[in-house]
Amino acid sequence: MIDHVDSKVWVFVEQRHGHVAEVGLELVGKALELAGLLEWKVAAVLVGHQLGEITERVLSYGVDEVLVADDPLLAEYCNEPYVKAIEGAVRLWQPEALLLGATAMGTDLAPRLAARLRTGLSAHCIDLKITPDGQLLSAVPGWGGSVLAQISCPRTKPQCATVMPGVFAMPEPGDNRGRVIPIEVHLQPEDVTYRVVEVKREEAPKSGLQTAEIVVAGGWGVGTKADWGLVEDLAAALNAAVGATRPPVDEGWAHEKQMIGQSGITVRPKLYIGVGISGHMHHLVGIKKPELMVAINSDPNAAIFDHCDIGIVGDLKEVVPGLTRAIREHSEAVSKKTER
Amino acid sequence: MRIIVCLKPVPDPKHWNKLKLDPQTRTLVRTGIPGTINPLDRNALEEALRVREALGGEVIVLSMAPPDAQPVLKEALARGADRAVLLSDRVFAGSDTLATAYVLSEAIRTLGDFDLVLCGDETIDGGTAQVSAQLAEFLGVPNLMHVSSVDARPDAPWLVRSQIEHGCMVVEVKPPMVLSVVKAINEPRYVTLMNILQAEGKELAIWSAQDVNLSEPWVGLAGSPTQMADLLTPERKGRAEMLPGSPANQARALADRLHRLGFC
Ligand SMILES: Cc1cc2nc3c(=O)[nH]c(=O)nc-3n(C[C@H](O)[C@H](O)[C@H](O)COP(=O)(O)OP(=O)(O)OC[C@H]3O[C@@H](n4cnc5c(N)ncnc54)[C@H](O)[C@@H]3O)c2cc1C
Ligand SMILES: Nc1ncnc2c1ncn2[C@@H]1O[C@H](COP(=O)(O)O)[C@@H](O)[C@H]1O
Repeated sequence: MIDHVDSKVWVFVEQRHGHVAEVGLELVGKALELAGLLEWKVAAVLVGHQLGEITERVLSYGVDEVLVADDPLLAEYCNEPYVKAIEGAVRLWQPEALLLGATAMGTDLAPRLAARLRTGLSAHCIDLKITPDGQLLSAVPGWGGSVLAQISCPRTKPQCATVMPGVFAMPEPGDNRGRVIPIEVHLQPEDVTYRVVEVKREEAPKSGLQTAEIVVAGGWGVGTKADWGLVEDLAAALNAAVGATRPPVDEGWAHEKQMIGQSGITVRPKLYIGVGISGHMHHLVGIKKPELMVAINSDPNAAIFDHCDIGIVGDLKEVVPGLTRAIREHSEAVSKKTER
Repeated sequence: MRIIVCLKPVPDPKHWNKLKLDPQTRTLVRTGIPGTINPLDRNALEEALRVREALGGEVIVLSMAPPDAQPVLKEALARGADRAVLLSDRVFAGSDTLATAYVLSEAIRTLGDFDLVLCGDETIDGGTAQVSAQLAEFLGVPNLMHVSSVDARPDAPWLVRSQIEHGCMVVEVKPPMVLSVVKAINEPRYVTLMNILQAEGKELAIWSAQDVNLSEPWVGLAGSPTQMADLLTPERKGRAEMLPGSPANQARALADRLHRLGFC
């Protein structure tokens, strides 16, 4: 194998059946920014089979190196052979940090790989920093969600982290200047420890949350499935997507895919309205820089009011129907004007 | 069939406002807060009982936790586990996921051969979702996460369904294995008074570090590669501008504001 790889920050860019997970590219963007501070180089790590096209695509995001493990036994994801492939490269070329997306694959691969390498992994991070002496600091919400913990991995390398999709913005393609370096793999059929017999796609309801300009989110305070309709009506009046905290998802008022936050999705709306939501960090970390953030909550001391621009203290059952009506009146007036 | 369920006692979420952080060790102080079974570990236990019902055998629950976690293990026995092992020793304190997985793996080796280890996908307090895969790594057996169904077949590879983005994959895998489950896998059964009484007769062993063979250094705070570097108080905008008046007035004022900003 080539005995010299310059990159100190590696990003596992996940692909399944030729489809690249966006979080891999988001992490490439962040890695270039962090590594730039230390004049380090960045490599993307690709694992699979017949990766030519994907390699080209990843190169176009400005990475210095693309390390490619390509083997028929890697065609379908199975953690053991993937761990083996990456482990070999890490032992040989010794990166300082390794980042992965917190996807189904990433959350399965990363802990096994980190344990094999006997190094530390911090999970589901919502922010990353690097110190001048090269320590990776990853932020994770902790303890009921009231604080953010900063996790470091001071004694072992590589410092590993999985990062939630959507936390970092998708980068623009940069100059295609990197080189491609093959990772030699020595896999036997026995390394594939389970056999994928079927992959089923289930169409999730399209919520449009990730790209929505307006998000109306409901929380535990909404109270019942019937009253969840109040949240949906408000959203409909604003042409907004409907989001949720965890409790409404657990209760079945909202779909799993509607959960905003650390274990859910990240939204970047212009306007966010939170209804009956207390303001745990687990939820708030999923809302990126809205121009206007509004909360309606019956508890004047709810933490969410410290993160908002406009607050209404009141019972949502009394406030929301009137709000929906008033918004409809405005929208109707606007559309009448444009008709004329 | 020997099935081991790794079950983490966690502070009951209803009492989380009482949790404190030890400024010195930067670990969680749980004293005085009642424990409960980590919610997904209840699903893991339920699945273990179902596999036992299908194929026969024994279900052992295993926890690494302080001695005051015994009531939580008793609950697991009442739910139907055959026996319980509580790994409890000061040297385990402050373990991160790698150290936790290492100690659990050595305890499982001490218990002997196994066919299946079941975990929850993640805990509500640590929430790292790492222990199951790391445990499998230390045990040197295959593992699957995000598992939503298990078809444990007596004479053929098992069929395991694992959730992935936009769907699931079904795989064939041969025991022994480690699986971590999602909530959708099953509905845990109710505990009856009869179950609680029966649990009184079941064995709850307490093991210290001496009872397992810990030859590697990955134990406790000192053996944990990750550390808590700092605690950040999240950025705050400061107090929101509060809209006064009756609900009708508040609603009107907000709608007018949204209208002026072009949102409606
Ligand atoms: C590891 C981990 C990951 C997590 N990930 C996520 C995540 O990704 N997303 C997420 O959302 N949560 C997540 N959670 C859960 C999170 O910690 C909180 O429990 C959750 O966000 C709280 O939701 P809530 O604000 O709707 O409920 P609560 O905290 O119960 O708040 C309800 C609010 O409604 C108000 N209210 C009640 N009645 C009314 C009324 N009639 N009118 C107006 N207001 C009313 C109350 O004053 C209260 O403030 C996670 C937790 C853990 C442990
Ligand atoms: N201290 C522990 N004792 C027993 N099982 C544990 C322990 N910590 C984690 N586990 C298991 O590992 C799963 C994932 O935990 P975590 O990686 O902490 O989110 C849990 O659902 C448990 O099944």
